[in-house]
Amino acid sequence: MSGTLDTIKLTNAQIAWRAAQDIEDGAYVNLGIGFPEMIAAFQPEGRDVIYHTENGVLGFGEAPAAGEEDWDLINAGKKAITLKPGAAFFHHADSFAMVRGGHLDLAVLGAFQVAENGDLANWSTGKGGVPAVGGAMDLVHGARRVAVVTDHVTKTGEPKLLKRCTMPLTGVGCVTRVYTSLAVIDIDGGHFVLREKLPALSLDELQAVTGADLKIDGSVHDLTVPAL
Amino acid sequence: MDKTLSSLSQAVAPIGDGATVMIGGFGGSGSPIELIHALIDAGPKNLTVINNNAGNGHVGLAAMIEQGLVAKLICSFPRSADPKVFTDLYLAGKIELELVPQGTLAERIRAGGAGIPAFYTPAGYGTDLAEGKPVAEFDGRFYVQERWLKADFALIKAQAGDPLGNLTYRMAARNFSPLMAMAATHTVAQVSRIVPAGGIDPEHVVTPGIFVDRVVAVAQPAQEEMLNREGAVYP
Repeated sequence: MSGTLDTIKLTNAQIAWRAAQDIEDGAYVNLGIGFPEMIAAFQPEGRDVIYHTENGVLGFGEAPAAGEEDWDLINAGKKAITLKPGAAFFHHADSFAMVRGGHLDLAVLGAFQVAENGDLANWSTGKGGVPAVGGAMDLVHGARRVAVVTDHVTKTGEPKLLKRCTMPLTGVGCVTRVYTSLAVIDIDGGHFVLREKLPALSLDELQAVTGADLKIDGSVHDLTVPAL
Repeated sequence: MDKTLSSLSQAVAPIGDGATVMIGGFGGSGSPIELIHALIDAGPKNLTVINNNAGNGHVGLAAMIEQGLVAKLICSFPRSADPKVFTDLYLAGKIELELVPQGTLAERIRAGGAGIPAFYTPAGYGTDLAEGKPVAEFDGRFYVQERWLKADFALIKAQAGDPLGNLTYRMAARNFSPLMAMAATHTVAQVSRIVPAGGIDPEHVVTPGIFVDRVVAVAQPAQEEMLNREGAVYP
């Protein structure tokens, strides 16, 4: 089964593309460090999206050309960025007021595990080492929608979508939608509600690699993305 | 009134053993490298340091840790491109870490400066980082009580400063510095240029001088990122 999954599953770029389609014109969005950052590259034409970064910038754009970096102008991942017209700087308390105060339309994060009640585990595997949380625990509270982009299963084929997380939690009951390598799933009323799945995958096959019940509410659409 | 000082060593001289020191910056952006290096030269021990990170490479905050000045670090993200200095000491049990969610860290510092001893935040509720902290329900949601954070000293980096201590910042180098300036008993700012009183338009002052005690000029401040690319080590 996992062999089949590997051949049909979406790439990270394709998951990012799908997530980008749901970001509306005029949205204020925070993209987590790493995988979620890819979403900005697939913003549909004609939509203006204003990106927020925790370290105090609204309205940043792409990375500068090599050699053009200004190291006072970075994002939360400590990567050099550029500014779009109309950008703004602010201090850290204002930045997190934007986060917790409900001013962001969307925050997108990666995940180790997501539970059907909306719990998210994405900051620590609980296995020791140096713990580091950054802004993840703040970001999961306050944005109107909190989405996750993730592979549907772990590298060893274990479900990442579960009844309850077993790893240390980042936030309780915070995730509203999950974009995986196989499906688009909403979290509603303490359940995973299937919205889209790869057409090559049957419902039973998808359920077999999901660690909690997939509910159906209305029709399930095909998850179709371009070759990227 | 003239808060300007002519030397970095004078600026850090009041910082003694066991002090709590807030240091501005997010990674290298806004890190007051020259003040930190002057503090390493002065060599106080057993410091508690508050910063978002735990240093990168072998300059700035990482060098301060490597040179044995720091007993405890309060931060949100003790990882970086080259986190070896902190990581080795932490795993050997030789440095204490208080890990705080980033927004909570910022708000604790702001609260410290604003005279608010505690506040409630949704961040961390139901997680390991809320263990032992009071929880309360407001309007059907649960929140964690967090305490203010204050310090004996703040070392920050700004762009322009005047003799009254009014400051402006450069781009995202602002980050924690305006909050730390409020929360410390004694705040020292290194600035790229000192201007006369009136040289900063009052409309553009970001940190009002009431929060700043000393201003020292560092005309061409080093950037941690560039020092690390050169493989620099301090001292």
